[in-house]
Amino acid sequence: MRTLKVRLALTTTSFALDVAFEVPPGVTVLFGPSGAGKSRTLGCIAGIVRPDRGLIALGDDVWFDDANKRELPIHQRRVAYVFQSLALFPHLTAADNVAYGVARSVLAADRRARAHDMLKRMRVGHLADRKPATFSGGEAQRVALARAFAMQPRVLLLDEPFSALDADVKRELLAEVGEWLAREAVPAILVTHLEEEAAALGDRVVLMDSGKVTREAAMDDPTLSLPKIRASAKG
Amino acid sequence: MNGVDLRPLLLSFEVATLATILAAVIGITGAAILANFRFPGRDILDVLFTAPMVMPPTVLGYYVLVALGRNSVIGHAFEALTGSSIVFTLTGAVIAATIGAVPLVVKNVRAALEETDATLILAARTLGATRLRAFFSVQLPLATRGIVAALMLAFARAIGDFGVTLMVAGDIPGKTRTASLAIYSAIQGQREGEATTMVVVLTFLVLSLLYAVGKLTARRPR
Repeated sequence: MRTLKVRLALTTTSFALDVAFEVPPGVTVLFGPSGAGKSRTLGCIAGIVRPDRGLIALGDDVWFDDANKRELPIHQRRVAYVFQSLALFPHLTAADNVAYGVARSVLAADRRARAHDMLKRMRVGHLADRKPATFSGGEAQRVALARAFAMQPRVLLLDEPFSALDADVKRELLAEVGEWLAREAVPAILVTHLEEEAAALGDRVVLMDSGKVTREAAMDDPTLSLPKIRASAKG
Repeated sequence: MNGVDLRPLLLSFEVATLATILAAVIGITGAAILANFRFPGRDILDVLFTAPMVMPPTVLGYYVLVALGRNSVIGHAFEALTGSSIVFTLTGAVIAATIGAVPLVVKNVRAALEETDATLILAARTLGATRLRAFFSVQLPLATRGIVAALMLAFARAIGDFGVTLMVAGDIPGKTRTASLAIYSAIQGQREGEATTMVVVLTFLVLSLLYAVGKLTARRPR
């Protein structure tokens, strides 16, 4: 059971990010208005964005440390990143999408088997040989989650992946993600500005605003009240 | 001779095919570097790849002769290895046609590569792909249409090359006399009839290729 430690600072011409928080196994919700720096924080954890300063480590495994000039490349972090756009590969079938993230050390036949198995578990086994252009929103979502789970990630990042779904589909999917997380016990971060998503999945919440952490609390903390945030395109 | 001498046309096809393959290797590599890496000298590399589009053919030909001629290091080594020189041979004609084709490949493939959704490439990286794997498994396949269009343009350009070919390969009948050169010498020799077939074939071919390129690169609703 390893905790993800995040401390990072990043300044661009238009924006300053300066945050520190910890993500134990379970779901930590990054909650805040658009422009708070939530997605950029995820980018730093995944290795897509390089912070100016800071330390990112999973247990004793250091992924980024400016003081010691250490930076683990994106592809070696094994972070499952479910993008808001899902980023399914349009030229690959669902099965190939899911198999893409399975370690290359696994035999090709086993990679395929694991992909089919994961698609079935996400109840989209029938889509295995189809390409993403034909999926409904909920189906695409399930394939994207199957792809994230199949890579056996060390950390799971969810960047508002549920925002485009209707309430019933969303409830089902939140339950399935919750189930998987309960089984795998990896640190997970859910970026959202929707209270219902935060409440359904979150164990802890990190409130962010204007590039800073304003509060950290357990989700069931009675003194916690999540600010009302109007729907927006991107955090 | 009754009928038309088709050798220049066949030679043009051979030269253009080989030049397109060569331009594909050089051009796609160049485009991948320009599209995916920021480094000092990137703009200069871009200029060098693009220069043949606007540089006078005689100037380009001059450089090729200096770099690959019989007295150059490369030309000398090539001749020692193969027993034949680069210049004034089929090899020279292929290199001449390649020079004009490379900029078209670099420009168009680069545009196609840069059009791929960056999030997809990042997704591939987070899924464990090295930069190279992400390029070959995601970025390149998604740019297929643009690449095919670029190679068709390259072929169309290569099959019509005149200036650099004349400088580097000469106009040796049956050896380096491509259709473009044959048309020129037919007109010079007031044998317009000989030129007509080749003019018609080249015109039809190039227009067809351009039409196909237009179809391939037309924006599709996503």
